[in-house]
Amino acid sequence: MTGRTGGRVAILVLGLFACERERRTFTEPGPNARPASAPPGSSLVPGGPPIEGAPLDAAMPGYTETAQAVSEGKQLYAWFNCVGCHAHGGGAIGPALMDEAWIYGSAPFEVATSIIAGRPRGMPSYRGKIAPAQLAQLVAYVRSLGGLVRGDAVQARDEHIDLTPAATLSHGGLPRPGRVRP
Amino acid sequence: MSAAVERELELPDLTAELACAWTRPRGLRGWLGDVDHKAIGRRYIATAFGFFLLGGVLALIMRLQLAAPNRELVGPDRYDQIFTTHGSTMMFLFAVPVMQGFGVYLVPLMLGTRNVAFPRLNAYGYWVYLIGGVFLWVGLLTDTGPDAGWFAYVPLAGPEYGTGKRMDVWAQMITFTELSALAVAVNLIVTTLKHRAPGMALHRMPMFVWATLVTSVMVVFAMPAVMLSSGQLASDRLIATHFFNAAEGGDPLLWQHLFWYFAHPEVYIIFLPALGFVSSILAPFARTQLVGYTALVLATVATAFIGFGVWVHHMFATGLPQLGQSFFTAASLLIVIPTGVQMFLWIATVWRGRVRLATPMLYVVAFFVTFLIGGLTGVMIASVPLDLQVHDTFFIVAHLHYVLIGGAVFPLLGAVYYWFPKLTGRMLDERAGKLSCALVFAGFHLTFFPMHQLGLDGMPRRVYTYDEATGWGPLNLVATVGAVVLGLGVALTLVNAVVAWRRGAIAGPDPWRADGLEWTTSSPPPAYNFRDLPTVCDRYPAWTSPPDQPVVYGVRADRPELLVTTLVDAAPDHRTELANVTLAPLGAALATGVTFIGSIFTPWAVPIGGALIVIALVVWFWPRPPYREERLEAAP
Amino acid sequence: MTAPRVSVLDPAGPQAATIVGLWDVFLWISIAVFVLVVACFAVATIRAVREQRRDGDGDPLATDPASDRRMIRGVAAAGIVTVGTLLALLVASIRSGRALAALEDDAGALHVRVTGRQWWWQIEYEHDDPGQSATTANELHVPVGRTVHLELTSADVIHSFWVPSIHGKKDLIPGRINRTWIRIDEPGEYAGQCAEFCGLEHARMAIAIHADPPDVFAAWLAHQREPAASPRDAEAARGLAVFTGSPCVLCHAIAGTTAGGRLGPDLTHAASRGTLAAGALPNTIGNLAGWILDPQSVKPGAHMPATSLAPADLHALLAYLEGLR
Repeated sequence: MTGRTGGRVAILVLGLFACERERRTFTEPGPNARPASAPPGSSLVPGGPPIEGAPLDAAMPGYTETAQAVSEGKQLYAWFNCVGCHAHGGGAIGPALMDEAWIYGSAPFEVATSIIAGRPRGMPSYRGKIAPAQLAQLVAYVRSLGGLVRGDAVQARDEHIDLTPAATLSHGGLPRPGRVRP
Repeated sequence: MSAAVERELELPDLTAELACAWTRPRGLRGWLGDVDHKAIGRRYIATAFGFFLLGGVLALIMRLQLAAPNRELVGPDRYDQIFTTHGSTMMFLFAVPVMQGFGVYLVPLMLGTRNVAFPRLNAYGYWVYLIGGVFLWVGLLTDTGPDAGWFAYVPLAGPEYGTGKRMDVWAQMITFTELSALAVAVNLIVTTLKHRAPGMALHRMPMFVWATLVTSVMVVFAMPAVMLSSGQLASDRLIATHFFNAAEGGDPLLWQHLFWYFAHPEVYIIFLPALGFVSSILAPFARTQLVGYTALVLATVATAFIGFGVWVHHMFATGLPQLGQSFFTAASLLIVIPTGVQMFLWIATVWRGRVRLATPMLYVVAFFVTFLIGGLTGVMIASVPLDLQVHDTFFIVAHLHYVLIGGAVFPLLGAVYYWFPKLTGRMLDERAGKLSCALVFAGFHLTFFPMHQLGLDGMPRRVYTYDEATGWGPLNLVATVGAVVLGLGVALTLVNAVVAWRRGAIAGPDPWRADGLEWTTSSPPPAYNFRDLPTVCDRYPAWTSPPDQPVVYGVRADRPELLVTTLVDAAPDHRTELANVTLAPLGAALATGVTFIGSIFTPWAVPIGGALIVIALVVWFWPRPPYREERLEAAP
Repeated sequence: MTAPRVSVLDPAGPQAATIVGLWDVFLWISIAVFVLVVACFAVATIRAVREQRRDGDGDPLATDPASDRRMIRGVAAAGIVTVGTLLALLVASIRSGRALAALEDDAGALHVRVTGRQWWWQIEYEHDDPGQSATTANELHVPVGRTVHLELTSADVIHSFWVPSIHGKKDLIPGRINRTWIRIDEPGEYAGQCAEFCGLEHARMAIAIHADPPDVFAAWLAHQREPAASPRDAEAARGLAVFTGSPCVLCHAIAGTTAGGRLGPDLTHAASRGTLAAGALPNTIGNLAGWILDPQSVKPGAHMPATSLAPADLHALLAYLEGLR
């Protein structure tokens, strides 16, 4: 019955992948997880004095790259007007997020720091304005723009005017956990 | 021709030759490669009832969650997957396959032939169905179950709001089940039209055969619509097309039109074979011929036609123009007429006959009362103003279960009790059958009748919970209790079947003294169905054929051959040879599975899977090696 | 305070009343048909069972042409009665449909735009002067006796606006504007719920309609147009600072402050509403605190994130929000 056993193994293996991608989380990190902060970065106004704050947890507790996280992050990306500087990933005033160049690094902690602490020369700090769960979702989406998230967790398009190529076609199709593009 | 005459004429032993030509070899290859319609029909029925039980478990979970306000048995995410999988399982994995399974099993027997016209296509259809069903349930169990409702309205099921692969699993499950349904439909149409016993003209066919013929034609016209729409949905979700994207020129309502254009005929695809069951059970249990045979047939055909013209009654709240809506109100009321005429004719049949209230007949009575209520609430919701109030509420949940359970499952359970002896050679226990019928009937009404009131009280569908202040708690509790009773009744039938399969009373060829050709052969039938291919001279052949009714002579017994007859009068025309045991359908089904399941994850699955399918088809259609006589003839 | 009215059979306006009238016609005819048909079936079955028990099984091929002719005539008569009944029901249905559409011609209707969002209702009272429009959420106030023209659309998926005591439902479809006209003739509170499955929290997307006498309504609407009340004490002022300094400000708007988020419900007069989160919780200070701190425990899947605040900040924020009447 090797065929049947193999089939069962395949289903279980698929199940392991499926479990992770499809997980929906509705609980937040505990009440003591304050809105994230980071070492002093730029202020809301480019060129302003830096803002003090507690460090961001480098382990990024609660960060996942599930389909729900990427999808929510995509909505937040538009809602919080990241589009205003980064367009829909192609970059305008701000750098492109869809390319392979990551000025400050592409690890989740580095992207989160960019958002929360801001960066010199124009990236404002969103410290105190974005809840931890939302930050994690935004980071997941930004990484997915760069192709760093498994291909079966991204969505093909929005229900809006078509502004980006189909994300499902530019990501690796079959999930290969742990593989990160350079 | 009797065995004694054959010995006299020194003919070869017919039974042994037929057994050799038609019985599948023992072992795994024989089981996997079986193309016998009875084996495939049994598999369809068993698999479909398996899904019925799984879907029923989901229903019980939902009822437990809704039994009281603000319960936390399952959260919204899980609940959404549960109700979507419940609906999809019942509609796609149970209702249509079980009716088709009964068709696949019974139609060749009722027609007096040895197999369906395309045995390998039959096998392929089953394997594709099994793969699709398992795929959906593996999805549910790995948190990838679809969660946008069994009719998957966009944009909720679309790429932005239907996150993950859940609705892709649903869309591909549709592809598998519609392929399977089409395979069976094509088979049954050709078998019914071209493989009848000589003398079985169209006006002498059994009512169940008429029902499956009309249903199969409906399948051929309806399934492509859902194939198209589910393909468009999959395409929107996977490669960013814009069929349903309003911002880019698509339309969410396009999905609703295409889907309901399929899905309303789908419910008649489920319902018409059940009406065939009712006619089949009534004739022997009222021990009389059906009143108004021609009218019954025409009513079936009329229902099928009109059934394609009512789909917009699912969309009355979407803001379509009033004149258009009125047209569909008229059509939805019109469809009551043929079904009503059928019910009046059945009452006339009962009036004329003498009735034995065995379990199959009890289920027919249960059908009558229940489906009548469902039909009357259907008349109510055909009216636009009334539908605008009760659409998408528990009133609709009540209506749909009244017509689907009352109109299809009750006759199905009656059919199970009626034909179980033919399938297995043993009788189901009659007392357990009557008790299960009572439990199912009582449990059903206790569950679903209060839902009419809940809908009128403002309770919408697909809610995972509700507040105490709404006042919906008490009726929901009653419904949950009823669901448990209904489950017990179903479980009792299941236990009855399992016990009787090994230890039931032996049934002879014709325990009910019924009228169809299937009762003229042994129970269960041999692999070749009939030792002598019968001819018929009238309807109800088991009752009307005289002892010296001729049999067919000249079809080879040492090869799997069928007699092909003409379309209207069923005069013998020619012989055709069928395939024997082969693994090609299974291979093709696996290749199909790889293609469709893989396409969810990568577009490369389409060309790679397509190549696999081509290979499987080449193997399938490779000409068979010549027989010994043919080789000898060809040799110089 | 009496419970809000929510029942198809409890009409408070002409449309729901028309539908109830039609319902009565259909219901009584259905009951009559059911009783008649079941009686015929029961009589036939009991007769046939008795005959079988008395005389045994008959010959299935025996025919009685005269009896058959009578039965066919009976079936035909039943068929004709069926056709006639259905025709009558069709006429009744179409006439009711026309009556329901009668309000569409009312030129003095109040215009309200309702936008469905996952999982709340955005309600905008329009005005000829756009600066005079008012935005609120989840609670619709209408004047008694006046036609209200509702423009319905959706910002995301398909929802459905349904208040059973007032009218039938109408879907809110993205990319389309659907219109419905309602009129409420009895003052009071009416409840409804989203009636098209719209995702995780479809079950918690309630809508409330408050029907007030015209002068009460006019005062309410005038008040809605005003900007938010200024913080009444130092604590509330601190609460406003907390609001604009935390994630709240990215999604919510409070007219008259710097908060201009358009993603969540408008909070300018939130304290005057009866419930939180589209009917999920009564609007009390304790519920508000719980909702702010952890919305996911009330409405798992809602887009509002948990906002952790120091207790003093939370207290101040609540003091401010309570003043937004």
